[in-house]
Amino acid sequence: MTEAEAREQLDAHVCEMMAWHFNPETGSPFWLEKAQSFNFDPRTEVKCFDDLKKFEHFEDEWLRGGPIRRWVPKAYENEKIYVFETGGTTGIPKSRAVVNDHWIDYEIFSETLPDESFPKGSNWLMLGPSGPRRLRLAVEHLCQVRGGICFCVDLDPRWVVKLIKRGNVAEMEAYRDHVIDQAVTVLSAGHDIKCMFTTPKLLEALAMRLMDDGTSIKEQGISGIFSGGTEFTPQWYRFAMEELIEGVYMTPTYGNTLMGLACSKPFDPADEYKISYHAPQPRAVIEVVSFDDYHELVGYGETGRVKLTTLTKEFFVPGFMERDEGEREKPCDPYPWDGVSGVRPFHEFAQSTTVGVY
Amino acid sequence: MVEIPVLRWGKPYESLEKDEVVHFETGETLAHVHQANGGLIQMDMRKAQRARDILREFSIDDLIEKVGKAADLYAEGTLPIGDGQQTPADFCKMQSATTGLPEHMCAGNMKKNQFVLKNMREILDALTRGLPLDILSNGYGMEDRGVMVSYQANAPVLGLVLPSNSPGVHTLWMPVIPLQMGLVLKPGPQEPWTPYRMTEAFYAAGIPREVISIYPGGADCGAAVLANCERAMIFGGLPTVERYHGDPRVQPHGPGFSKIILGDDKVDDWEKYLDLMVDSVLVNSGRSCISCSGIWVSRHGKEIADALAQRLGPVAPLPATDPESPLAAFTVPGMAEAISNQIDEGIKDPSVTEVTEKYRDGERLVQKERCDYLRPTVLHCTNSETEISKAEYMFPFVTVVDCPQDQMLKRMGPTLVCSAITEDEKLSRQLLDATFIDRLNIGEVKTIALNWLQPHEGNIIDFLYRARAYQTSPPPAH
Repeated sequence: MTEAEAREQLDAHVCEMMAWHFNPETGSPFWLEKAQSFNFDPRTEVKCFDDLKKFEHFEDEWLRGGPIRRWVPKAYENEKIYVFETGGTTGIPKSRAVVNDHWIDYEIFSETLPDESFPKGSNWLMLGPSGPRRLRLAVEHLCQVRGGICFCVDLDPRWVVKLIKRGNVAEMEAYRDHVIDQAVTVLSAGHDIKCMFTTPKLLEALAMRLMDDGTSIKEQGISGIFSGGTEFTPQWYRFAMEELIEGVYMTPTYGNTLMGLACSKPFDPADEYKISYHAPQPRAVIEVVSFDDYHELVGYGETGRVKLTTLTKEFFVPGFMERDEGEREKPCDPYPWDGVSGVRPFHEFAQSTTVGVY
Repeated sequence: MVEIPVLRWGKPYESLEKDEVVHFETGETLAHVHQANGGLIQMDMRKAQRARDILREFSIDDLIEKVGKAADLYAEGTLPIGDGQQTPADFCKMQSATTGLPEHMCAGNMKKNQFVLKNMREILDALTRGLPLDILSNGYGMEDRGVMVSYQANAPVLGLVLPSNSPGVHTLWMPVIPLQMGLVLKPGPQEPWTPYRMTEAFYAAGIPREVISIYPGGADCGAAVLANCERAMIFGGLPTVERYHGDPRVQPHGPGFSKIILGDDKVDDWEKYLDLMVDSVLVNSGRSCISCSGIWVSRHGKEIADALAQRLGPVAPLPATDPESPLAAFTVPGMAEAISNQIDEGIKDPSVTEVTEKYRDGERLVQKERCDYLRPTVLHCTNSETEISKAEYMFPFVTVVDCPQDQMLKRMGPTLVCSAITEDEKLSRQLLDATFIDRLNIGEVKTIALNWLQPHEGNIIDFLYRARAYQTSPPPAH
């Protein structure tokens, strides 16, 4: 697909989504009600992606509190609904109602995984946040569509954030050890686990525990890992590849409950571990925009704030300002649309954000 | 511009992330400092014992000789800094340019470090109370008086999370290598200079490269040093000190709230001690935990504050290269303004008077294009209960607090250095018994006048070693 074709596809998809979300027969109560305050008709006046600027920026505060069903499109009201939460260490978390999006996002992601490192039919270890997060179910689904069975551990990141805020390092370390103990036990139990999702912090802890035990992630049979988060920096990527998991394939991802999962440009030694993420267009779009004007894209290679747009039949998010910043990246093969690299916490929030908790 | 790598047990490591260290006045980039990550530190600390094993191949006497040589190399030699070379003058220029401290103060701190390194034998003798040093190497030994003693190292290395703005603190870790323990240094972002230069001086003097690691980096690196070193020191503000209070693995160093008190027997002669008070407040631009931030008196507070203000008020910024430059610049944007605003808030209390204002010919806050200064500030406080009366800031700031002598010890709060000018035996006894005072000077001693033979904020020997029982034969019958 060329860049022009990708853009054409995106514009057509936007029209389709407008027709869906603002149709009283299919749209969600939230958007149908919201539309009454608009001075434009999304179904007739939003004809391409750029026209989404007519919407005010999406405020994630709208996702706090109920009723959750106001987010469910009428077309899906009789489906089985999942709810996934983000945040929530204190106060009411943000919630997203989902029917199939988490399955679809991870099925698309599955197609980007190399079979030699993530062999079809092999079992997985999901070593990451569980509970109301969607990761637990999504990773299990990813494993299942690849023909495997997924082993999981419990991990409550809200508790870890509380421990960090209290400065309770000993308790945090004890909890981390408790999680790693479970992972080591699962890996040692003869379940033929070859693939894993984990976070940078937990991967470090697991790899070093295994080294202390005289073995390694590779020796335990793992051949492919996917991981993510703002802690997944180029330096950390290189450190992990050279010192933690030598000989194991690892791919970075960037995502959240609102957007889905952005894949990274395939590893190229010439990039010096630079990580560029590309959203699963047209279902979601990442833009890097000026700190001063969130409608204005920065130039390629320039720094700006990450802006997300989600365009699925289940969820419409026009222009959500993410809590991250990074550099705008050019389209690449196999992603003929913009990406973002150097993702890190937005500098204005950075000091108050607790990252890398699990 | 130099490129400074991470040092992993002596081996340079080039990171994919680099921090730019810039000149605070010109904005010129002075160095690209490679940044470590927390996991890398955790990985390296798995080999920490090797640093101690290597150092134990030398006797403590040998190591004392070597650090003595390092003292002169550090103070007088041309040494590598990353991919460049650095003379002592370059060092002072660079340190001044990134920390804001005038160059002559940087040179003064160099001399202090040199002195401590050159006098290491006497310092260790004092800190160990005359213990034969091979007992620390062997873990046990017989004292001259025929008593078996044993000291066990609490850790193979000492971790240090160092500050950006206070190059005077480095003397604290000088004894570590002679004590046969490795060094794990996380420099402050604006002060990589001393850790790297001192390390190069150690190497040039024959200390093996494999016993020192330097990890410039972000907060995750500081956390990794603290989490992975069995003994560590951290330098920070009050919240840092409070966070690690009571943690036997961490020795936090923060504000000193150092004070001078004039006993009722001496206070009427306060003019005799004016120079002592001025120096205690002003030397090193007041940027030290041992700088005096409070002078407590039962009477003459107003006159003392006025006399101090007459001396300190006119003190103004000069270029960092000026050998008379008395004030350090604030290189972190907004910090000086925030402090000045806090003081303005504090002096709204009717019991507090700013005395320097009338002698200052200008504002307290001096804002330049790329840095700020705070000019000396003297407050007279007639109520010792106000928060501002016990404040400490990183510039020549002092409160003169009126307080009856019999209430002083109840109200003065934690004090790193207390210089008490008194011959009153009862007051002296109370001061000796006051556990919230760390270093006690009774007599005419400036708070900033440290005797290196005395322990500072806890004896480093007690922090790094554990005295324990060791028997090779049954005890006498009893």
